[in-house]
Amino acid sequence: MDNIILEMRSITKTFPGVKALDSVSFKVRKGEIHALVGENGAGKSTLMKVLSGVYPASTYEGEIHFDGEVRRFSTIADSEELGIIIIHQELALVPLLSIAENIFLGNEIASNGVINWPATFARTQELLTKVGLKDSPSTLITDIGVGKQQLVEIAKALSKKVRLLILDEPTASLNETDSDALLNLLMEFRKLGMTSIIISHKLNEIRKVADQITILRDGGTVETLDCHGAEISEDRIIRGMVGRAMEDRYPPREPKIGETLLEVKNWNVFHQNHRDRQFLYDVNFKVRAGEVVGIAGLMGAGRTETAMSIFGKSWGHKITGEVTMHGRPVDVGTIPKAIYAGLAYVTEDRKHLGLVLSNNIMHNTTLANLEAVSARGFIDERKEAKVASDYRSKLRIRSHSIYQEAVNLSGGNQQKVVLSKWLFTDPEVLILDEPTRGIDVGAKFEIYTIINQLAAEGKGILMISSEMPELLGTCDRIYVMNEGRIVAELSKDEASQESIMRAIMRSGEKH
Amino acid sequence: MAIETSTETPNVSVSDYLRKNIREYGLLLALVVIMLLFQFLTGGVLFKPVNITNLVLQNSFIVIMALGMLLIIVAGHIDLSVGSIVAFIGGISAIMLVKWGWHFSLVVPLCLMIGAAMGAAQGYWVAYQKIPSFIVTLAGMLVFRGLTYVALEGRPIGPFPKEFQLLSTGFIPDFLSLSDPATSLIKNYVALIAVLALVAWAIYSGMKNRRLNEQHGTPNEPFVFFAAQMLVIGAVAIFLGFQLSTYRGLPNVLVVMGILIAFYTFVTTRATIGRRIYAMGGNEKAAKLSGINTERLTFYAFVNMGVLAALAGMIIAARLNSATPKAGVGFELDVIAACFIGGASASGGVGKIIGAVIGAFIMGVMNNGMSIMGIGIDYQQLIKGLVLLAAVFFDVYNKKKAV
Repeated sequence: MDNIILEMRSITKTFPGVKALDSVSFKVRKGEIHALVGENGAGKSTLMKVLSGVYPASTYEGEIHFDGEVRRFSTIADSEELGIIIIHQELALVPLLSIAENIFLGNEIASNGVINWPATFARTQELLTKVGLKDSPSTLITDIGVGKQQLVEIAKALSKKVRLLILDEPTASLNETDSDALLNLLMEFRKLGMTSIIISHKLNEIRKVADQITILRDGGTVETLDCHGAEISEDRIIRGMVGRAMEDRYPPREPKIGETLLEVKNWNVFHQNHRDRQFLYDVNFKVRAGEVVGIAGLMGAGRTETAMSIFGKSWGHKITGEVTMHGRPVDVGTIPKAIYAGLAYVTEDRKHLGLVLSNNIMHNTTLANLEAVSARGFIDERKEAKVASDYRSKLRIRSHSIYQEAVNLSGGNQQKVVLSKWLFTDPEVLILDEPTRGIDVGAKFEIYTIINQLAAEGKGILMISSEMPELLGTCDRIYVMNEGRIVAELSKDEASQESIMRAIMRSGEKH
Repeated sequence: MAIETSTETPNVSVSDYLRKNIREYGLLLALVVIMLLFQFLTGGVLFKPVNITNLVLQNSFIVIMALGMLLIIVAGHIDLSVGSIVAFIGGISAIMLVKWGWHFSLVVPLCLMIGAAMGAAQGYWVAYQKIPSFIVTLAGMLVFRGLTYVALEGRPIGPFPKEFQLLSTGFIPDFLSLSDPATSLIKNYVALIAVLALVAWAIYSGMKNRRLNEQHGTPNEPFVFFAAQMLVIGAVAIFLGFQLSTYRGLPNVLVVMGILIAFYTFVTTRATIGRRIYAMGGNEKAAKLSGINTERLTFYAFVNMGVLAALAGMIIAARLNSATPKAGVGFELDVIAACFIGGASASGGVGKIIGAVIGAFIMGVMNNGMSIMGIGIDYQQLIKGLVLLAAVFFDVYNKKKAV
């Protein structure tokens, strides 16, 4: 067919141990807005990285046809030359340079290495008019909001003779007005014949702009829906996104739920860096003894931020609200106080926030509770070794010895070391943030087993996860978060992938 | 069966062990080789009793400051101001002792406190205001040097009272008097006996520790290495002790230095504060999320460095018997180099006290040996620079090979 600008045929991309894309096919027609949807980890970003040459042609199988010819990109520059421009969710702008400098960064209007400023400014002005931005080209990026920054990124793409514009969650961090402006701009561009691919979780926005919707799930293409025929409901899209069979991947458990341990009331938090932007709004939840409580939500919903702001106010700014344990208010203003109050937070980023990689298993295990193995400031090495050995065998950490450096352990074993560290502080409530991220299926099962044991011992577990089947398989109750708010509380019976997704999507429309 | 799986076999093969610990044994070996080399090149002057005494006196302050610097570097920072603190404290102590005539038993603790305050002044900016330590201590280096000129009005002050000079030029007296110093070869039995006792204690406690480790299933280093290490260190110590005892005995500074080395080794290997500094240097965010007050820890590391630099400043002033505004210029570089030669990592989290001490002695022996040989200061610097680069390259190379 003549009007096909891009066709990706049977793309298969494997990472060590994981098949990220399994024979994915994807067709985009000239001059349309094509939406790409799917759960976290479905393979959307990987597919776009394959397309833009982040992953060179030699590292995947399959073919990319652009403008009717087979293309093999080995760098991003190759795809940009053809006019395939990707705008990532994390904007790639230099904050302390001006709009003009950012637009032409690496692509300066210059002769013999000397920048032609008048031409640069004139050209920038033209581009800014196209995207509807009225700021001066010499304004610094840091002085404009995220919405405008997004427009600058688009202007930058336009400066490169864009033919296929790819936007990765462009509205994720925008408010409603800015989102609308951006979507309208995309529709303007469509009138001018430009093709774009938009990755988004906001189904209402997708329904507004998309001509076609391709749904990915677990690294495969599920289907492509045409929006010009019959009306496509959000439920229809959601079914495509989540419709997979639940497997028997979770150890069984008989919950014995006791009194309320942790309760958080009216928790309001402002953004760590953008200090005038509120990030969490009136978050309320509780965790009871012996209960596994999940927090579901998309990336950026505020789940990790909720956990970290409670744990010693280690994230955020202008934090207000109340935290109680056993019904009594507790001070969680610093991390030692939070630990003392009986909390533990197992981070989602074990390499950067969880482990001292250059230290051995033993040193990592006792780090958060050194007092328990020392007297008057001096460590009893044998007591410490015993503690570390006990956790090593209890949690089945596979290593030569407790003296092995954390850097040399596999992901699953590293996670168990982080768990050991927090279990050794003897917390009443454990907050587990993506406890099974990046670890293999066998290790996942072991982590679930540990979670069950802890709940059976009467501890409260708060589990944050982006994998919905995992939450459904392990939790007694699930809170759903979206855009800094808790938007639903679902009992085990009510919770399903559809009900969670629906809660997220519905709330997205309200705000 | 199921229970026994947790206790690992402590028998690591000898070659495996050597490969993993090549850095530490290599360093000790390098020191021995360099000592023998210069003993040969200087025609036997290096190990003469009077020169060994000099070597100790000349390097004690570098070693003392390297102890503090190692903690700073392990914490992930650097301190460029120690040379200036040395000069300032030297000047202040001279003013108090010589101009104002205060007693040294008052001046010494007072100066240590001033050093602590100087460290605290810098630690505050690094720890709580998050200004990079390189910049803060660069400023400190200039400020303290300037203050020294102001305090001394640009002129040296001296000489110091006798008792104060003993801090660095004094010796532990031979209170045993087993023989007449005029006729006997050994002029100071206390020195010899102290060294013999120390070696015996080191071997005894090493053996005891191995036995305890065996009982608890903690792996030991292979016996060959333990024995070889004890043999080398013991032989060198006894030889040096013997040489010192034929001259004037143990210098006071050597005793101070020995006590400090032992103390800081203990702090870094056994104290919670030491462990936390290593964790902080290895991954500050993880340490913070584990409930460690990283700001306070950084602050104290700088306070500690200030105290040790103040002590070094007094030792130097006492040794030169005069305080000059130019004292200690460039010392920070020797001290930092000693730590890096000793295996500390510039990115923090890695380094050992014993490594820094050996590093300082490698630098010291090279300085001393090359001076005896009459090599000019120009070539001395060139050679020291190359040795530093080679030592760090050795680290990087080993790390790459290990991965």
